[in-house]
Amino acid sequence: MSSDSFWSSKLKQLEERRRSKNVGDFVPEKMKALREKIASWEKNILAPVLKASPERKESFENFSGIPVNRVYTPEDVIVEYSRDLGMPGEYPYTRGVYPTMYRGRPWTMRMFSGFGTADQTNKRLKYLLKEGETGLSIAFDMPTLYGFDADSVRAEGEVGKCGVSVSSLEDMETIFDTIPLDQVSTSMTINAPAAVLTAMYAAVGEKEGVPLEKLRGTVQTDILKEYIAQKEWAFPPDAHLRIIRDLMLFCTEKMPNWHYISISGYHIREAGASAVQELAFTLADGFSYVELGKNAGLDVDSFVPRFSFFFNCDMDFFEEIAKFRAARRIWATVMKEKYGAKNPRSMLLRFHTQTSGVSLTWQQPLNNIIRTTIEALAAVLGGTQSLHTNSYDEAWALPTEDAVTVALRTQQIIAEETGVTDVIDPLGGSYYLEWLTGEMEEQAYRYFEKIDQIGGVLEAIKQGYIQREIANTSYHKTKDLESGNKFIVGVNKYEVKEEKPIDYLKVNQALQRKATLKLRSLKKRRDEARVSRSLEELRKAFEDPKANSIYPILDAVRSYATLQEIMDVGRKVFGGWKEPVIA
Amino acid sequence: MSSLELLSEKQSRKIRILVAKPGLDGHDRGALVLSRAFRDSGMEVIYSGLLPTPEQVAQMAVDEDVDVVALSLLNGAHMTAFPKVVQFLKQKGGADIIVVGGGIIPDADKPKLEKMGIRGNFGPGTSLKTIVDFIKKTVDEKRDLESKKDRAAPRARRKTAKKSSQKRTR
Repeated sequence: MSSDSFWSSKLKQLEERRRSKNVGDFVPEKMKALREKIASWEKNILAPVLKASPERKESFENFSGIPVNRVYTPEDVIVEYSRDLGMPGEYPYTRGVYPTMYRGRPWTMRMFSGFGTADQTNKRLKYLLKEGETGLSIAFDMPTLYGFDADSVRAEGEVGKCGVSVSSLEDMETIFDTIPLDQVSTSMTINAPAAVLTAMYAAVGEKEGVPLEKLRGTVQTDILKEYIAQKEWAFPPDAHLRIIRDLMLFCTEKMPNWHYISISGYHIREAGASAVQELAFTLADGFSYVELGKNAGLDVDSFVPRFSFFFNCDMDFFEEIAKFRAARRIWATVMKEKYGAKNPRSMLLRFHTQTSGVSLTWQQPLNNIIRTTIEALAAVLGGTQSLHTNSYDEAWALPTEDAVTVALRTQQIIAEETGVTDVIDPLGGSYYLEWLTGEMEEQAYRYFEKIDQIGGVLEAIKQGYIQREIANTSYHKTKDLESGNKFIVGVNKYEVKEEKPIDYLKVNQALQRKATLKLRSLKKRRDEARVSRSLEELRKAFEDPKANSIYPILDAVRSYATLQEIMDVGRKVFGGWKEPVIA
Repeated sequence: MSSLELLSEKQSRKIRILVAKPGLDGHDRGALVLSRAFRDSGMEVIYSGLLPTPEQVAQMAVDEDVDVVALSLLNGAHMTAFPKVVQFLKQKGGADIIVVGGGIIPDADKPKLEKMGIRGNFGPGTSLKTIVDFIKKTVDEKRDLESKKDRAAPRARRKTAKKSSQKRTR
């Protein structure tokens, strides 16, 4: 591929900055003296100690395999404050997306919730709101995520198990019963049927008298990361991308307060990626969605401001903070320099964070409280807009009420008791952090260049490149644990022979039966002719690439067509998709 | 080939293992790591791909003439999906195929699964070595038993399995 690509010239720029004698804000004469001082320290103070007492390892690497030095000094940091950091709320937004950050308002405390029936979930949502969460976040069960109804044979054994079961607008109405949609913001973690669930939420709003433009929230929608990591797709990529385009157009015009996509790295990380890979693949997906909107004829500044992002936060404390800062700087830079964005809001990378699920251990579950705390703190120091903290029992099951309360309190304690909310980007300027931010940024650009050379994200997915990168890292992480290169307390160090079982949430197996009866009753009460008509209109829309399918989806939802009935229309028109062989 | 030669060929042949996630669970990190670990340990691995029904898993196992089916689920549906695979295996003539389970399986469920013929039931944090060793030992035991039976009363060869092309790993 051409070495003149945007990515190649960016990489050249970064490399030159590193190699040049220009040391950013530090005065050259002082740097000379510093270098001499460091050399003297290495010889006279460090060397004797190393001789007498060697370090624990020959060399140290962080979790992404980036070698880390013993200590970082001004020598390591090539930073020009105005160019590379900026003030908070100012390009390139490295220090934060807003000028006041948490001094204005803390991050949204948004606990991912959902299990069993719509009714049980409604109760859990109300409980969390009462206990102080400030945003809602809905978890759906596997059948819902894949677009199957609770009474489907595919749903056997799965109903309500890992999230709430939603088969129709009726379930959505129950979830939000007596929760006023004009007073909350709701995030829905759903991808393949994202448009359908958005339509259901809009329909609930309609019934409550809340107009579309007042609805606040997010729907995950990010199908690219499904193909890459979470694997919850229904149709082939082009079909899903077309529906996302429809949603983009619809929401840009009619739902200005709705984030119609949450471009996610969380799942990519959980699938085994490193932090660098999470950063690179998430942003690469983001750029693909920018191109999707542009190709649909939209001006970048009209639709990108409603993009949102979703990242993981794992245990390598500084790496996570550096990752968030690098993400902000990269997004702003690329939006401005490659996509010509003029509106500052197109350059803001605003994100939700979830603490790492995969870092939780089944062994000695109370230890997970400490892990979640460290991860939550890193996310806050990294400037997240919204945060979910995992519960300590989640390596066993979905969280109990007690466990989820502790998780919520973790956020509240950080917000109220630590003072970290009173200073913006408090770790900014740390030699280590600024060096690491730059290092991750550069590694991400290398991935962008590589993906570009392959032909873009979609092509890279079809060839299995991204999935294989992740699988390789995942395998090496497992081997590291097994070989004792890495330790996890309770798992391969400080183990307890007889693990005590804990009380955990058990989801009733009878749910499928209940849901089946409910659906049967719904189908008797609804206007079948209206449902058939709406599904027929949807089929026509799906078959016409120029049509906006959101309107017929809305109609179908309002007529109480079920989730599966709607998704089956898509399955008939678009077919399914088999991933390339990775294993 | 004489039946004795056939026997010893069977004894020394590589373990063929199907790694599958029956039902609706796309979280395949564990299954992919396992597939690679099994392959590295010398087994012939077939990965089922995503979202096979329990029946499809059983059919694949029989078609591929595997020694072991390794089932992995993280979504709480193991008590329905795993036994269904066992049931379909029996129906399709694969009752002698070893079924090993793993994933997020509460302790209380393990004895129930064992009773239904699903062994191992390895939870998170189990080392790859433990799983590989368990499978090798279990297959060896089964082959020993079979060879004793066959020496006592030679039986008809199982009809030639249909080899699928797509998902075989090397």
